Amino acid sequence: MAGEVVAGADALVVDEKDHVATALKDIQAGDTIHYRSKDQLVTVVALDPIPFGHKVALVDMEEGTHVMKYGEVIGRATVKIERGRHVHVHNVEGIRGRGDQSQGA
Amino acid sequence: MDFIKGYQRANGEYGIRNHLLVIPTVICANQVCNRISQTVPGTVSIPHQHGCSQIGADKVRTFETLAGTGKNPNVGAVIIVSLGCEVIDPHELAKDIGATGKPVEVIDIQEVGGSVKAIQKGIEIAKRLRAELDQLPIVNMPISKLRIGVKCGGSDATSGMASNPALGVASDILIEKGGTVVISETTEIIGAEHVMAARCSSKEVADKLYHFIERFEIEINRMGADMRGGNPSPGNIAGGLSTIEEKSLGCISKCGTSPLVGAFEYAEAIPGKGLYFMDSPGNDIECVSGMAASGVHLVCFTTGRGTPTGAAVIPVIKITGNERVFKSMNDNLDVDVSAMLAGTLGLNEAGESIWQEIVEVADGKETKAEILGHQEFSINRIGPTL
Repeated sequence: MAGEVVAGADALVVDEKDHVATALKDIQAGDTIHYRSKDQLVTVVALDPIPFGHKVALVDMEEGTHVMKYGEVIGRATVKIERGRHVHVHNVEGIRGRGDQSQGA
Repeated sequence: MDFIKGYQRANGEYGIRNHLLVIPTVICANQVCNRISQTVPGTVSIPHQHGCSQIGADKVRTFETLAGTGKNPNVGAVIIVSLGCEVIDPHELAKDIGATGKPVEVIDIQEVGGSVKAIQKGIEIAKRLRAELDQLPIVNMPISKLRIGVKCGGSDATSGMASNPALGVASDILIEKGGTVVISETTEIIGAEHVMAARCSSKEVADKLYHFIERFEIEINRMGADMRGGNPSPGNIAGGLSTIEEKSLGCISKCGTSPLVGAFEYAEAIPGKGLYFMDSPGNDIECVSGMAASGVHLVCFTTGRGTPTGAAVIPVIKITGNERVFKSMNDNLDVDVSAMLAGTLGLNEAGESIWQEIVEVADGKETKAEILGHQEFSINRIGPTL
């Protein structure tokens, strides 16, 4: 488990392979988000409101990208996602537990 | 050696509570059990929906959950209330629980002649057994005998970032001291099973873990639905969790970093010492009840959305990394590690604070769920009602 929080950070990146950061406060569209990645202080401008605990994209992702958090795959992008966008159920789907896509369905 | 306060049972086991438990073998006996436990202080009952119209593995699961709850070392004596015609055999149950050496008595509602007589008989037995249990001395219990369950429920994004990794530190402390930790929630390692499997002490354990997950995924496919919306739940999604994979990856850190030495079926007795996995749905009450039946002394329960969850025979310690929820649901929550997300509380420090709470609760401090009288109980079903 990586990623202890630095005081003053707006978002947490758990693993350096991650495509997303998790908001540590409610963020408005247009706000500059400060986070730490690979020991560097980095910023990204929010393109959407990002509620506390929700994710913001740190990189541009094509549709179909396997989205990474905790250094692991958490799902698949269902549309193109730009850096700064809110990443959630409207643009990411689960790959596992998809009974709706099973042959028996 | 570290010691906590406990009660020694006839079979040498130690409990951290001294409950008198009233077990209905079947839903039809619930009201009689409730009346007995309402009348005699220091008595707890476990009303449930099952015990009849069940067959095969489903019937066995109900039996094992009831038997395991009775055998839990926090229970000093048991009263079983039967209707008299159900599929769960009260005398088999009494024999199984009685093998621990604790007193077990059976009341049959049809035999004694109705609810009033059964309640009256139950109250008399309960008063006698309670008086006997109150004579039991408090003794030193080696901390290495302590068994805890680690569970998360009503999760949000703070669970994976703060409360679960902090609980993992506390889990590692107990394992280091020779104790036992049980992690569960098969549905909530989906997408993170390769990380757990890499920590298994043998291929056999990893195979069992994969088997549990495959069994669940077959059921999800049979249902023909996306599990999102059921798990992650609407509350998990509102809290920022997008998929089961994300939730799972945040979940598994609550069992720390020790090797996983074994995996066992729902409500089965914990086979040994160290870190174990128990098959169970993520459903809070079914999971905690299964852990209690497997023999844990207490459960550490992380939450981001907040939950009142308690259990009938074991204390449930509620831990949160969500500062707002710790304030708004303070009467339900025991430990606040939200300062981790402000950068003012380190991971190890947070883990130590949970460990301190575990020791104090094991020593007799009441959890918020105990103070409020939360005694939830639920049995996992795997078959149809006939």
